[in-house]
Amino acid sequence: MSFTISSEISNKVAILTLGGSLDSSSASDFQSEIQKVAGESPSEMVLQVSELTFMASAGLRMIVFAKQKLGPSVQIYLVKPQDQIIDTLQMTGFIHSVHIVDKYPV
Amino acid sequence: MAESNFDTRIDYYPTHEHEGIKYRRGHVLPFGATMVPNGVNFSIYSSAAISCTLVLFEKGADQPYAEITFPEEFRIGNTYSMIVFDLDFETLEYGYRMDGPFEPEAGHRFDKTKILSDPYAKAIGGRDKWLAPPNWDNIYPHRSRLVFEDFDWESDMPLETPIEDLIVYEGHVRGFTQHESSGVKNKGTFAGIREKIPYLLDLGINCLELMPIYEFDEYEHSKTNPETGELLINYWGYSTLNFFAPKSGYAATGKFGMQVDELKTLIKDLHKNGIEVLLDVVFNHTAEGDHRGPTISFKGIDNNTYYMLTPEGYYFNFSGTGNTLNCNHPVVRSMVLDCLRYWASEYHIDGFRFDLAAILGRAQDGSPLNNPPLLESLAHDPVLAKCKLIAEAWDAGGLYQVGSFPAYGRWAEWNGKYRDTIRRFLKGEEGLIGELSQRLQGSPDLYSTRGTAAGINFITCHDGFTLYDLFSYNEKHNEANGENNNDGNNDNFSWNCGCEGETDDAGINILRHRQIKNALSILMVSQGIPMILMGDEMGRTKYGNNNTYCHDNDLNWLNWSLIDKNADIYYFARHIINFRRNHAVLRNRDHFRNADYKGTGYPDISFHGTQAWNADWSESSRVLAIMLDGGHAKNGYATDDTVYFAINMHWEALPFELPHLPQDKSWYVSVNTDMPSPYDFHELNNEPVLENQYSCILGPRSVVILLGK
Repeated sequence: MSFTISSEISNKVAILTLGGSLDSSSASDFQSEIQKVAGESPSEMVLQVSELTFMASAGLRMIVFAKQKLGPSVQIYLVKPQDQIIDTLQMTGFIHSVHIVDKYPV
Repeated sequence: MAESNFDTRIDYYPTHEHEGIKYRRGHVLPFGATMVPNGVNFSIYSSAAISCTLVLFEKGADQPYAEITFPEEFRIGNTYSMIVFDLDFETLEYGYRMDGPFEPEAGHRFDKTKILSDPYAKAIGGRDKWLAPPNWDNIYPHRSRLVFEDFDWESDMPLETPIEDLIVYEGHVRGFTQHESSGVKNKGTFAGIREKIPYLLDLGINCLELMPIYEFDEYEHSKTNPETGELLINYWGYSTLNFFAPKSGYAATGKFGMQVDELKTLIKDLHKNGIEVLLDVVFNHTAEGDHRGPTISFKGIDNNTYYMLTPEGYYFNFSGTGNTLNCNHPVVRSMVLDCLRYWASEYHIDGFRFDLAAILGRAQDGSPLNNPPLLESLAHDPVLAKCKLIAEAWDAGGLYQVGSFPAYGRWAEWNGKYRDTIRRFLKGEEGLIGELSQRLQGSPDLYSTRGTAAGINFITCHDGFTLYDLFSYNEKHNEANGENNNDGNNDNFSWNCGCEGETDDAGINILRHRQIKNALSILMVSQGIPMILMGDEMGRTKYGNNNTYCHDNDLNWLNWSLIDKNADIYYFARHIINFRRNHAVLRNRDHFRNADYKGTGYPDISFHGTQAWNADWSESSRVLAIMLDGGHAKNGYATDDTVYFAINMHWEALPFELPHLPQDKSWYVSVNTDMPSPYDFHELNNEPVLENQYSCILGPRSVVILLGK
């Protein structure tokens, strides 16, 4: 399933909606979107990922990239990730970079 | 410098093109495949190839999508290097074809029909999931891959725990949690170990030594047991495919190619909890076997460099597995050094245990060297400077160097003599008191100038009986290995306590449990670094099999329900481990002086027997007591309680006269293995005072530990 992404900024909160499969070929799209919203200096970043079915290594790294790009004070929320993505985040330690939530605002 | 200035570097752009693949001259160093801006730099060495071709695959594809022969102008000396642009880091698999002579008598075995794995690959595909059925027709079964080396370690660094303070736990990644009873989500994986960190903390160990985790092929030499029909495999993993790549099948995320991140996350969490990580590394041989073995990597890249060869071009076999890595060839030496530096820096590994390390001290013709350059290089390497370096100081070619391993003031070694002496003493052999006292003191007879920390004390390890089996079997029972019980060591110094194998005899079972507690007690009060085998703390059995290298089943999977079945052993093990951690007097780095150099009125160590101050060193003696003066703890740099431990391996109870303490101190009881659980030990800092301060009865085959405070 191909990767889809859209973004908006609302009240200084960057909301990115991701769908499909995030792998090395689509990671650059994700990166571009992160860079775009980072330019607006958001106070929080929200990733709507309930429709995201797979996240490969390169995709996971984009979360760390976002963390570094936005700075340590900007919290990143992952809304409703699928179980397999949570497992992968846990086992590879990337989970420490994000908050897993069922809805946003929390 | 602004980011855009980097983009103007002309070496970020290709100069050549082959079937749509763009590339240019590469950088010679580092060897391997390295991500660079816009592409990947490939570099490989071969001293005798006449040409080299880079072979590129899409992940899992049957056939390569491109083959690019290195232009002659890309060769510098004996190295070939090239940058290839626009590759997908995640889905790329690569290898090499080397063209050159096939002249075995001259040491050359080039075969350009084979696709060869990169010796410096950081990940290897092909065995992504443990024991998944391979495609046996795969033209390139063990494929080199790229990894991201951008793990977020935060503030983590190797722990640098003083070596004398370590308590090592030797475990197998799969065996630790694969059993159903482990209760973890991701059984048999790095992530599974991570779930068990609270258990390791509860037990009290502070160092986890992992049996080989470099990529290996579990299917190597796999066969079916003719009697049971069971598949026998290369379970332990002492046969390396690649020295830089972690075993993918040990990672729950291996199927996604994220084994590197999963392993690093485990190490980071172990460090957070104060637990060091040692790797058992196998540099003595590879998985390519002898002249009949497969050509996977080294054999086809530069056979003459990587292996020790006989004058006729066959393989020296000092490892007992078919070939011997040519460790003291300068190129191989560099590879070993690069590899260990990589693991120390990229994975924050705290130290290494070198399998059959005596081989690392052999010259290219197999003869032992007086001043082996590899061992010297490792000892003095700046990156490895704080890593523990531990040798298994023997090999299968008969070189036995326990006590004489070239140490350069850095190397420690598995103390095989400790294991044998303690086993023989525990089974009741006489004439051992002199040697026993050396072992309990940190083997000053072996390590007179190297200190107590030169010796890793162990009674059991992956090779041989478990501690439970040591007291349950007189003979090995290796029939399940399919070799007619001919494999495995015959010199086990074991004693079955009266019945071979499992029994309902309550007296025998009580004695077995007591002997296990005796063994654990002796190990934990000995100077030197103690190592316990996974599961010995809960009475693990392998049913008398002393060589379970090939079993992916209950023989190797830790059954966690043993904690309940043998609760007395587990509680005792936990106590005695924490007793050691709590008492600095047990953890000197330098040897005792047999003198009162602190003016406490007592020597740092004194020897006793059934009479205080008068140890029985006679041939028929089976008793020894040792008092360690708390005023001389840590070689006089710390203060501790005084520890007195008495060992009676006689079959009858004996009274031990106790040395007098200063008037303001009394003897307190920490351990008495003759007592039934829960009276066999007393909680730390809650020990009861000994009723009779002048004498103590030691039951038959038992250990008592007292504290003077």
